[in-house]
Amino acid sequence: MSARLDVKKTYKLYIDGEFPRSESGRSYVVADAKGGFLANASQASRKDARDAVRAARSAFGGWSGRTAYNRGQVVYRIAEVLESRRDQFEAELRSSEGVTPAKARTFVDAAIDRLVWYAGWADKIAQVVGGANPVAGPYFNHSAPEPSGVIAIIAPAGPLLGLVSVVAPVIACGNTCVVIASEPHPLTAITLAEVMATSDLPGGVVNVLTGSVAEIAPWLASHSDVNGIDLTGVNDPDLGRTLEEAAAENLKRVRRPGLEDLLATPALDRMTKFLETKTVWHPMGL
Amino acid sequence: MPNNSAQFEYAPAPESPAIVDIKPSYGLFIDGEFVDGHGKSFKTISPSTEEVLAEVAEANDADVDLAVKAARRAYTRVWSKMSGAERGKYLFRIARIIQERAREFAVLESIDNGKPIKETRDVDIPLVAAHFFYYGGWADKLEYALPGNGNRGADPQPLGVAGQVIPWNFPLLMLAWKIAPALACGNTVVLKPAETTPLTALLFAEVCQQADLPPGVVNIITGAGETGRAIVAHPGVDKVAFTGSTDVGRAIAKAVAGTNKRVTLELGGKAANIVFDDAPLDQAIEGIVNGIFFNQGHVCCAGSRLLVQESVADEVIAKLKRRMKTLRVGDPLDKNTDIGAINSAEQLAKIRELSDIGEAEGAGRWSPACDLPQTGFWFPPTIFTGVSQAHRIAREEIFGPVLSILTFRTPKEAVEKANNTPFGLSAGIWTDKGSRILWMASQLRAGVVWSNTFNRFDPASPFGGYKESGYGREGGRHGLEAYLR
Repeated sequence: MSARLDVKKTYKLYIDGEFPRSESGRSYVVADAKGGFLANASQASRKDARDAVRAARSAFGGWSGRTAYNRGQVVYRIAEVLESRRDQFEAELRSSEGVTPAKARTFVDAAIDRLVWYAGWADKIAQVVGGANPVAGPYFNHSAPEPSGVIAIIAPAGPLLGLVSVVAPVIACGNTCVVIASEPHPLTAITLAEVMATSDLPGGVVNVLTGSVAEIAPWLASHSDVNGIDLTGVNDPDLGRTLEEAAAENLKRVRRPGLEDLLATPALDRMTKFLETKTVWHPMGL
Repeated sequence: MPNNSAQFEYAPAPESPAIVDIKPSYGLFIDGEFVDGHGKSFKTISPSTEEVLAEVAEANDADVDLAVKAARRAYTRVWSKMSGAERGKYLFRIARIIQERAREFAVLESIDNGKPIKETRDVDIPLVAAHFFYYGGWADKLEYALPGNGNRGADPQPLGVAGQVIPWNFPLLMLAWKIAPALACGNTVVLKPAETTPLTALLFAEVCQQADLPPGVVNIITGAGETGRAIVAHPGVDKVAFTGSTDVGRAIAKAVAGTNKRVTLELGGKAANIVFDDAPLDQAIEGIVNGIFFNQGHVCCAGSRLLVQESVADEVIAKLKRRMKTLRVGDPLDKNTDIGAINSAEQLAKIRELSDIGEAEGAGRWSPACDLPQTGFWFPPTIFTGVSQAHRIAREEIFGPVLSILTFRTPKEAVEKANNTPFGLSAGIWTDKGSRILWMASQLRAGVVWSNTFNRFDPASPFGGYKESGYGREGGRHGLEAYLR
């Protein structure tokens, strides 16, 4: 009698709500915490990045046009589905990063709670950063935030909490994004994509690429249909400067490299960096 | 049913009441459990059939004391110590359970209140869930909520125990307006629903149990005016929130004078709905109808005074009459019903009395032909033309489907007339000219101004009055101020 053989999952990319392999046909080996073979991850190419930007752009109109209340509900739904699959995420964090069970639990808890935190912000950020402006004249004048558009994100190392912490603020405010997952720990990002794909999040709002940051990020930084770039996960200062220079070409909004304490309450600039302020004037009179 | 020419023949489309399970009697919800009251009990009836629905406990002083003490214990031991994020998660749970049980709540609200199922299903209950969802999100963001506090380490604190007394016109929605912000800010509550509409509040108590809300955080005690007075007067109550009549609001303001209790009051209104000659008239007619006939006119912000520019007055009145002929008055559970039952015999008597006075004072009364059911409390949609500012129907809140129509010539005259009231809750402006909307809005002494729309509500939008319509705001970021220090 032979033991049952596991059916292993193929890890692919997440683009436009689907899970394609890299068009390049490439993959790279992801090691577990002890250096052993864990899985092959798709190695995304320049073309995959461009496909992802196109998907994010197509999704932007619909997503940014939803009511803030509705976006909040969808982000909350991601938290609900993540909670229901928490065992899987704890197991993945332990095998890929080698963290203790208690630590894995802490990260999963924090990731779920962070989604809930941003779900609440969806319909509140405008009330905190917007408002009436008392101009000196007979005019109604009002400012309100609007999402910048398509945001490229280089995710930091924490495969679950890190990814959630950079993606949730961006989408809660109505942006869409292309995120490059942590290069050494990409698998949890794809599992999280499975959660997002089943949480009423429209295809294309979040697109996840796995592969080499140094290879893909420059194409996103120089892409003219990308409106902002979050360099949180960039560890190499030279690469950071190169990306920022490329981003300057079409004046992308840039969040510079550097990661705050992920377990602390996030600062509002994770949202405001990728928000435009729109001010509307209208005369008042008979 | 005899038909009048403007109405299509509709087959009845009744929503089944089978989904609700009304118990023969209800106790008080104190410290997480239903307990017997120490006082008498009273009956709640269906205003559309006068059928007794259930026997409900009337909380006396001892019961109020128990509820306030339970709320205090829950505040001290659990709720004020819990992180905002965790409090928020309870509110999200409550929001989700209400979404899950939406049909049940919609039917029960319609039965107990008499309002059309169309409204409870599409307005009341979705807004209730949205309110809990919205304030759930604030619970861990309070340091960003108040002016000057953002990002500077300010640490707003809850007040303690909130005593909340709500009216019968939007029973569960008013509960949500009161409980959601109070809990989000870390307060615990003792809430009294109106004596004619206690059932959805009692079903909400069950939701609190399903959500595993810690006992004592929400206490729901039923009763009439005496119970409300006892809550307001109880020394263990730190904050009083009331929605209801201006007279009771005044009494509450006097009762808390000289104490440290914080108060917010959302009281009566006599809103002007102002129609200019350049308004999109068909759209305005819908807004006028929605403004005064929504919820049988039992709406504190109802557009009960129509101010129409003289040059289009005849046209507007003719169109309005034509539209009113298509309104369906009847069974609240019928999905085609536009106007349901008046909530109580007492309210019906008040509407009749003021309408008779309107006629006696010389205003022209008109209602479309409509057959009202034999049992239950009913009043046809009614308009009065030729109303002057001195008429009582132009000055007093009727709180029924009765519209007083006045005319004006210039925008300034419209402002004068609109503001000529002790109330200041809401107003409506209908014109195609944006600059005029904004000028009018700046001149009107009212807390909510609807432009080319009316009776819109959203948890993100602050609501509340100027002048004798009360003070404090509910909804939006501003709604948090009432529950923080």
